[in-house]
Amino acid sequence: MANEYHNHKEILLNYIQSPLSEKTGNKISEIIAFIKREKVNQPIIGISLNSSSIIAGAYQLKDRILEYLQERDLNAEIIPLGALGVTSYEPVVTIQLPGKTKLIYKNVNDENIIAILDGTLNNFIPEDHVFAQVKNKLHEVWEQVPFLHEISFFQNQQRLLLSNCGIINPESIEEYISNGGYASYLKILRENTPAEVCQIIEQSNLKGRGGDGYPTGKKWKVALESPSDQKYLICNAGESDPGAFMERLLIESDPHKIVEGIAISAYAIGAQKAFIYIESEYNLAIERLQMAIQQAKAWGLLGHNIFESGYNLDIVVKRGAGAYVCGEETALISSLEGKRGKPRSKPPYPATRGLFGKPTVVNNVETLINVPVIIEKGVEWYNSVGTAESKGTKLFSVSGKVEFPGIIEVAMGTKLRDIIFRIAGGIAKGKKFKAVHIGGPSGGCLGENHLDTPIDFNSIMLTGTSLGSAGMVILDEDNCIIDTVKYFMDFLQKESCGVCIPCREGTRRMHEILENISKRPKDDQSHTTLQRFKGVMQLENLAEVLKDTSMCGLGRKAANPVLTSLKWFRSEYEDHIFDRRCEAGVCQELRTFEIDVDACTGCTLCARKCPSGAIYGTPKNAHFIVQDKCIGCGICYNTCKFSAIISK
Amino acid sequence: MFIDIVVNNKKIRAKRGETILEALSSNGIKVPTLCRMEGLSPTGACRMCVVEIEGKAGLIPSCSYPIEEPLRIWTHSTRVIRARKMLVELLLSNHPDDCLYCIRNGNCELQDMAVELNVRERRISGEKTKANSDHSSPGIIRDPAKCILCGRCVRVCDEILQVSTLDIIKRGNKTAIATTMNKDLNFSSCINCGQCIMVCPTAALHEKTNFDIVQEMLSNTDIKVVVQYSPSVAVTLAEEFQLKPGKDHSGILNTALKRMGFDWVFDSAFGADIAIYEQSAELADRIINQENLPMFSSCCPGWIKYMEQSHPDMIDHVSTTKSPQQIVGSLIKRYFADKQGIPTEKIFSVSVMPCTAKKFEAQREEMTHKGVSDIDVVITTRELIKLIHLYGVDVASLDEDIADSPFNIRSSAAKLVAVSGGLAEGIARSLSFHLSGKELGELKISKLRNVKDYTEVEIKIGKQEIVIAAVNGLKNVTAVINDIREEKCKAHYIEVMACEGGCIMGGGQPFQKDDKILKSRIKAVYDSDDKESIRVAHKNSKMLDLYNEFLGEKLSEKCMKILHTRYSQREVLL
Repeated sequence: MANEYHNHKEILLNYIQSPLSEKTGNKISEIIAFIKREKVNQPIIGISLNSSSIIAGAYQLKDRILEYLQERDLNAEIIPLGALGVTSYEPVVTIQLPGKTKLIYKNVNDENIIAILDGTLNNFIPEDHVFAQVKNKLHEVWEQVPFLHEISFFQNQQRLLLSNCGIINPESIEEYISNGGYASYLKILRENTPAEVCQIIEQSNLKGRGGDGYPTGKKWKVALESPSDQKYLICNAGESDPGAFMERLLIESDPHKIVEGIAISAYAIGAQKAFIYIESEYNLAIERLQMAIQQAKAWGLLGHNIFESGYNLDIVVKRGAGAYVCGEETALISSLEGKRGKPRSKPPYPATRGLFGKPTVVNNVETLINVPVIIEKGVEWYNSVGTAESKGTKLFSVSGKVEFPGIIEVAMGTKLRDIIFRIAGGIAKGKKFKAVHIGGPSGGCLGENHLDTPIDFNSIMLTGTSLGSAGMVILDEDNCIIDTVKYFMDFLQKESCGVCIPCREGTRRMHEILENISKRPKDDQSHTTLQRFKGVMQLENLAEVLKDTSMCGLGRKAANPVLTSLKWFRSEYEDHIFDRRCEAGVCQELRTFEIDVDACTGCTLCARKCPSGAIYGTPKNAHFIVQDKCIGCGICYNTCKFSAIISK
Repeated sequence: MFIDIVVNNKKIRAKRGETILEALSSNGIKVPTLCRMEGLSPTGACRMCVVEIEGKAGLIPSCSYPIEEPLRIWTHSTRVIRARKMLVELLLSNHPDDCLYCIRNGNCELQDMAVELNVRERRISGEKTKANSDHSSPGIIRDPAKCILCGRCVRVCDEILQVSTLDIIKRGNKTAIATTMNKDLNFSSCINCGQCIMVCPTAALHEKTNFDIVQEMLSNTDIKVVVQYSPSVAVTLAEEFQLKPGKDHSGILNTALKRMGFDWVFDSAFGADIAIYEQSAELADRIINQENLPMFSSCCPGWIKYMEQSHPDMIDHVSTTKSPQQIVGSLIKRYFADKQGIPTEKIFSVSVMPCTAKKFEAQREEMTHKGVSDIDVVITTRELIKLIHLYGVDVASLDEDIADSPFNIRSSAAKLVAVSGGLAEGIARSLSFHLSGKELGELKISKLRNVKDYTEVEIKIGKQEIVIAAVNGLKNVTAVINDIREEKCKAHYIEVMACEGGCIMGGGQPFQKDDKILKSRIKAVYDSDDKESIRVAHKNSKMLDLYNEFLGEKLSEKCMKILHTRYSQREVLL
């Protein structure tokens, strides 16, 4: 498909180098309109092909659509799309008929697609599946279809970084450029010195989105001012964090934006080589990144003496094995060097001594894609978005018990309540909200009382959690806080690099203490209530020492889930320890079961299913459970056909 | 250049760029460390050395934090001590509770630290990592259950020896120290030098003890037990028995060994004289014939194994002369036994060495005769010390005695073998005799003393310029070997000692942290060379008698059979 525009290369490159108003003639604007699909002369069918839609069957769907067109001998262009953001609506199909606005359909599968295509191609909309239409003043509007930007999920977002996602074809450099892409890059190559770019970013107050919020411009300046024959820029594209997936979807949806962000940043620090460190499992993302780099090279945007500026840049994609600790910059560098991924003591910081001992800047994907936006819109405008301390927008992966899980972008300072209830549609299935876990394993749980907390680096830090990877997992009344914290502790104890004592041994002991309190005492000697209580006291001590002494961020923040939950959900701990009760019913081993003698028919089914042989009784007589043998698995509860088993 | 920092409310002066820990220790403030190693890169892994710095959120590891600006530091605040104590408790929670049975009991850094921090209660308990100990190596036992993952062994093996047998594998609480492919040590590239034992804070690495069998043989009246001891053992022994350090205590050692019931006590230095005599004769031959030069020394069994596995193309360059231990060993069973009229199977030959690789050497196939090992058991200096204690010998009250005939006379050159560069010095002295029939004008070759890394020295013998070199520490040998391959090496003779400092710093020596005492070990050796009268191997009268009576000429057929060996390529997991 790219070949179709191939001869437009020169036109597009001219287009991004000077403003459109100075363009001669209508021919160019016509071509641009054509690439931007403002004008189409045949139906355009877009299929979201990203890692979340593929799981939902997007490839089969694509085959089905091709088949449909072939059978009916219809002409239509099929293009791949990234992710719009609402992952529960995948696969998404867009259909744009000549002269009409683009329609977006949700949850399309190879069965309902026939009705959708039959209807739409005949100017009739199957209402069940239509999601929205995209407003464009050049196009005729469909009736009774909501506009995309008016839908609550999008209405409350401020999509600067995600503006192209799900809209443009991620595999086409022409589409990226015609939507304003690479203009910032060429502008700074033409007009600014590296020091000036650093200055712009410093003035924009952009803070690193990797979690700690270190000022990006400051970091760049250190690297720029460190004398060296070679410098490196590393784009940290590894999430490796349960609950974070926005960078993956972002790369799949708009890979050129990452390339542009890297190119500007590398120029600013004087690096001629940049690496993208990405998990090996992110196959589609890697494929699209490599395609984007290839295209940018072919168009002269990367390589030697770029646009006669004398600047050279090479971008290399490096696959990592997906260790969580490799999100830490020194561990990442060690892994890139081909060594074991383990952090080292700082200082020296990578900006002075990093990859192969050379000055290196490590930024994550989100930080880097903010850069072209800042250059394009200007420092003043950027500073008007967000709060006094934190500027710009923030991406989140929202998952868990909400109506619309997905990737979202909001201005810094947006309240948690707005994200959860207005954008993500509130708690699914009418359940009650319990907590939101922010920041993955190094974050923590916040409850009802914190719903009005504005999202920015400082406010979140004050609650004891951290923005971390910006994964946001929403928990409802059926979730147990202890269980959630236990899950993250287990994750951390397995992902710790194992070098420093507090992190290696501490996370393991913390996990064990949590295991202990979510279990019934085996006998009265081993885990008495007092001991279990002492365990929790120890948990607090351990967490403090971990925070004080760990070598890297992984260990220092490993205590966050424990400390925040102890602070905000202490009563749940007390329930588990003193009452041996898990309100949500998640901690199986705390449950006890009894048999209602009146309801029991003596069918023997439960006794036969019981894995620990704890149920006794003779056929046709009421059975009973020997509590000492019961492991609380609940199989009897689920198998009993007469509701004779009572859970306590 | 200097920065004033405030430590515990007291002002001290620190050099710009030095670490906080360095500044503290030069001002007499002790901060505990576990993973730190003098001279090697800091890893900042153990976090024991953390201190509180005003304005910093967390605690800072003092071992890796350079002083660049004025700081306010607290080294022993409540917060710091609480953290250190918790760290030790965490380590203990994953450590076997068998201190009473442990080989390092009373000599364990973890134990000391627990005492120092007043750990008196088990506050943290939980599941312990299960790991089997590895007894496969003849010299070294690995007991991963006791490993606290400080990584010192990894760094010494990698940065000092450059053998790189050990590394850290896996993640999280499964993290472990292991060899290539996590196989047992006997499959690995381990050269048994034992330097990892010397740096291990616990008993995760220790020598394979042959304690019991020596005891058993000593009490067996049917068996004659012969013992020989290395020249360096007589020096380092002093450290454990309140004898004067920095002095050769062979005389006292002879008495002690006899008291313990050894039937004959021999000095391995006698073997060292033979080794010098034979090796220098071999070298003289090679110089005359201009073949297989340069010639490498063959005394260090660590170096020999390393060469066989990593540089087998150097086999022809290595002297075929056995090490002093093996020379005395084969003479005991093939000469001395005959002379005494004792069948070899009734002789039990023990060797006391400063080295764990000697345990490996003794069981090499080449070191056996008709299926019987020349040396039956090798024990380290550390094991000897325990044996002496066991037999209740009050060393301080002993008089000096001489070793038993016939292996009791040595030259001071033989004593020099204990330190790096010493063998080369001894070889140079005898080489002059072999090549020109004359002695060197100046016997002391200062450039071969206190050798750093690699040293070459030119000496004039007759009209020839001979280059004698010494490699101190195995990591320095690779460059030399590459030079030989590229025919750029000028040396005629190269001594290689795997351990930095030589045998006196071997992996079987007593654990010693005091830098002064370590230096005095070397001084003791040089002192005896400066004071004694027989300073060249070829003037050892008893050795010459032995040649006349039994061995014949140097390098004779009999010598080749008894005093020389062969090497072969070795397949290991590199």
